[in-house]
Amino acid sequence: MLDKNGIARRIAKELQDGYYVNLGIGIPTLVANFVPEGMNVTFQSENGMLGMGSFPFSGEEDADVINAGKQTVTMLPGGVYFDSATSFAMIRGEHVDLTVLGAMEVSETGDIANWKIPGKMVKGMGGAMDLVASAKNIIVAMQHVNKAGESKLLPKCTLPLTGIGCVKKIITELAFLEVTPNGFKLIERAPGVSVEQIQQATLGKLIIEGDIPEMAI
Amino acid sequence: MGKVFKNAADATFDIQNNMTLILGGFGLCGLPENCIAELVKKGVTGLTCISNNAGVDDFGLGLLLKNHQIKKMIASYVGENAEFERQLLNGELEVELIPQGTLAERCRASAAGIPAFFTPAGYGTEVAEGKEVRAFDGKMYIMERRFYADFSIIKAWKGDTNGNLIYRATTRNFNLPMAGAGKITIAEVEELVPAGELDPDQIHTPGIFIKRIFQGATYEKRIEKVTARER
Repeated sequence: MLDKNGIARRIAKELQDGYYVNLGIGIPTLVANFVPEGMNVTFQSENGMLGMGSFPFSGEEDADVINAGKQTVTMLPGGVYFDSATSFAMIRGEHVDLTVLGAMEVSETGDIANWKIPGKMVKGMGGAMDLVASAKNIIVAMQHVNKAGESKLLPKCTLPLTGIGCVKKIITELAFLEVTPNGFKLIERAPGVSVEQIQQATLGKLIIEGDIPEMAI
Repeated sequence: MGKVFKNAADATFDIQNNMTLILGGFGLCGLPENCIAELVKKGVTGLTCISNNAGVDDFGLGLLLKNHQIKKMIASYVGENAEFERQLLNGELEVELIPQGTLAERCRASAAGIPAFFTPAGYGTEVAEGKEVRAFDGKMYIMERRFYADFSIIKAWKGDTNGNLIYRATTRNFNLPMAGAGKITIAEVEELVPAGELDPDQIHTPGIFIKRIFQGATYEKRIEKVTARER
């Protein structure tokens, strides 16, 4: 089974040299810590940065330099600041190569729900709807089941949708799956996890073809 | 008539109850703090506020919310404000949540004289309800409209007496597309200089979009989430 860093580490293997990448809040943010040595990847923060770096040294925080999660960050040399309309031109215009975000539910057809629980929690969609409607390549990083132990990989989402038919890949503590026209295709098992465990935690249609290899991370 | 106003009270003198205001900033970053403090002091109520976030419980638009001065909020993400969530779930506050890119583009369109545009964001979700849907080149889009607001209230780093503005770092956020989006745009700046002192090549917002400008008395520039690493 993977911990949060393990999930991030596996996602980092999907990065390619020259990619512009938008990372959502939570586990996706950790992906930045595992960029392979020598690979050039530029992180976009939708509030207006390309070339986002790490957190500042203690005492050097700048209120004017924050990321989309409202955390203080730094800008790398060669980076650029811009406004929100320009930022979403980059996103909507499909100039961002990869989007990694969290989810409450994903359906076997690639629908995603991650912004609202009616009557309980209303935080808003932020940039998620723009991102999922336009990204060429969307990876969801999440736990396989929710706190109540219910599967988050469903035949159909039960919560209000963020986007439809958009998720391409899912990485959880148990597995790496691809969304295909026929359902969730199991690609890899997390270390020490059996196919049966993944089957039990997946409510949507799961496709298992041949031997499923264990992840190398 | 000159654009330079003395202070926030002077620049917001004609903001009245039940008006619609567009306010810049992302989270607490690049907030028009002086104008917000003045609106709290003035006690105007029944406001419709269009802003990416709703502040936190004790800063930014959260101050107006706490005083029940806001009737309706149009925003993209309000997760940082517990009071907001409480008022919304209790039905005390009207709320329209819209995708962040749609919010930015609706502001830009308002300033640019574009009545509507099509975006894929929100297609197939509850955001699309009641909106025109159209296919272009095999992809589905929904129609979004511009805003009609009485005022845009934004914050920049430096400004000149002609209203030209330069933003610093990620404070550019919604401040830039909101410039010119309301009937009257008020810009508050950290430093106001005489026209001619800013390099015309480095100006982000041309002064034509700005009707009023003043230098803010103080800037707290509160940080929402301090994250740092040790050396």
